[in-house]
Amino acid sequence: MQDIITGIAYVVGDDVDTDQIIPAEYLMYNPSVPAERKLFGRYAMVGVPPAGAGLPKGRVPFVDQTDESNSRSRFSIVIGGRNFGCGSSREHAPLALAEAGVQAVVAEDYARIFFRNSVNGGYLVPFQCAQRLCESVQTGDELEIRVAEGLLRNKTRNTTHKLEPLGDVAPIIEAGGVFEYAKRTGMLK
Amino acid sequence: MGMTITEKILARHAGKARVAPGENVWVNVDILMTHDVCGPGTIGIFNEQFGAGAKVWDPDRVVIIPDHYIFTADAICHRNIQTLRDFVKAQGIRYYYDPDFVKGDGMPSPYRDPSQTRYKGVCHKALPEEGHVRPGEILLGTDSHTCTAGALGQFATGVGNTDAAFVLGTGKTWLKVPATMKFVFHGHIPPYLSAKDLILAVIGRISVSGATYRSLYFTGEGIASLTLEDRMTLTNMAIEAGGKNGVCDVDEKTLRYVRSRSTRDDWEVVEEDDDASYHSVHEWDLGAMEPLVAKPHSPDNTAAARECADVKLDRAYVGSCTGGKITDMIFVASLLAGREVKIPTFVVPGSTEVHADMLRLNVRGQEKAAGEKSIWETLEAAGCQMGASSCAACLGGPKDTFGRLNEPINCISTTNRNFPGRMGHKQAGVFLASPLTVAASALTGHVTDPREFVTKPIATGEAGTV
Ligand code: SF4
Repeated sequence: MQDIITGIAYVVGDDVDTDQIIPAEYLMYNPSVPAERKLFGRYAMVGVPPAGAGLPKGRVPFVDQTDESNSRSRFSIVIGGRNFGCGSSREHAPLALAEAGVQAVVAEDYARIFFRNSVNGGYLVPFQCAQRLCESVQTGDELEIRVAEGLLRNKTRNTTHKLEPLGDVAPIIEAGGVFEYAKRTGMLK
Repeated sequence: MGMTITEKILARHAGKARVAPGENVWVNVDILMTHDVCGPGTIGIFNEQFGAGAKVWDPDRVVIIPDHYIFTADAICHRNIQTLRDFVKAQGIRYYYDPDFVKGDGMPSPYRDPSQTRYKGVCHKALPEEGHVRPGEILLGTDSHTCTAGALGQFATGVGNTDAAFVLGTGKTWLKVPATMKFVFHGHIPPYLSAKDLILAVIGRISVSGATYRSLYFTGEGIASLTLEDRMTLTNMAIEAGGKNGVCDVDEKTLRYVRSRSTRDDWEVVEEDDDASYHSVHEWDLGAMEPLVAKPHSPDNTAAARECADVKLDRAYVGSCTGGKITDMIFVASLLAGREVKIPTFVVPGSTEVHADMLRLNVRGQEKAAGEKSIWETLEAAGCQMGASSCAACLGGPKDTFGRLNEPINCISTTNRNFPGRMGHKQAGVFLASPLTVAASALTGHVTDPREFVTKPIATGEAGTV
């Protein structure tokens, strides 16, 4: 994990579920096939209803769909509200965000399986912030996360916000996922 | 101090005398289940991490049940089934339920006779039917509704592909011991309610994140009065409250079912201690509860069905692991018998066993007599459109999926989720309700309290009990 994560913010609201992050109609693609894996990036967040896509204004596409080969987003930090990633257990959700280029999500809290998948699969870092960032950060703001200090700096608005400690899962995140972690701790050879 | 069922199961599987909420433990997994949506990705990670020639930890403990994208012409969906077949063959996996009619070209024509195919349909219905669910065990599945199996007194939860691949190779996973929330239901289930109303009441009270990281324990004489299938509706939707698992006490109904079905006999019942400690305790009196709906677009957006009578509906849907069981079908058929639906109504059996039972039984859940209508025929006669067993429109799926909401319409459904786009169109409005409320609403074309139709207890016979 990098110590400093910088990127442009994409802001969504509460209860953004995995059907919004990657709709079921794209789940037939197999992430183990490289060409299909890319498509998860392309369709990341397409299920978010337009009014809530890129707050506060909405109607901001997460991935530019006009270029048919594009699978990357210009936003690499997602800011969410409460219960981010609720719904299904599909690992395709954090995978889709990672394929689109997301390095971190900062939400008030997470649905359990999304959080676990993000960590165990080593896709992105799911930070928690007690403040309601989805109402203060705006889509397009330039952000910097200082991991060791547990701080998020909003360079556009010149504000700093405290992040919750990563806690128990920090060693797995540092290892880059559960397989690496199990190897480091001798669980796996 | 005592332990909850969940704590005891996790302690045993971690080789410890006791565990406490918040503790992280490595546990041995009894069964790992995967399906056609997450199986191929899981297999990919397994091969990458353990090497292409690697063997799974125990082929008899891996259960593979394709169910999501079966009845579609989509070639990639067919390819995924083939990926599962190849893996099953290479690994010697015994418990694989092949959609033998999927041959890889165009829309497959469904099984002819549901009792003559290896194919099962929805994994969470198939798991207990095929004897893979036992009290006291740990079941992990690459599907969030794996928590359904907790109704039979086991610890069951959904995991992602990476976790599943790890289990495939090692038989182990790490789990954080959840604190338990206790839900006590007093009284006896009245004829106009089903477990769906109970779980919607729970989610409405605590919210879609009210049980995040926690276990939901359902108990009391009200739960004892439910059929095993209805208990599965309760635990099925534990995830809709954010829960890690849902669990019910084991009683005679559970034991009879498991004994007649289990593929192994080395299991042990685990009971809740009287002095177990809880995160919180919530109580309801079944006699005071009303039929509920969850309005768009969240399972916790609940209201009494009678308060939503002004909501005009365009479609009704009966199916899924939540509301596609044989008792759900009996509930629906007993209201629709001799009547006609007012709006297009789609019916999808949760498994091929449910489908076969719908052909075999009458609306009272008994073997039908000569000349008597089966449940299937009753629903057909009422104007329902009948589909083959699968997840179908519960999760939208490919555009050619049976019953999928391809337009922004209002649908009342026995399924479990109504987040935007869940059943297809992002602007479609899905109302979640019990099979009785869905049936009553199908008859009127607007959200309808089933008390308008249900006057006496609905017999379900022996259906779904063995
Ligand atoms: S029926 Fe619906 S909820 Fe159940 S496993 Fe299938 S898609 Fe998931």
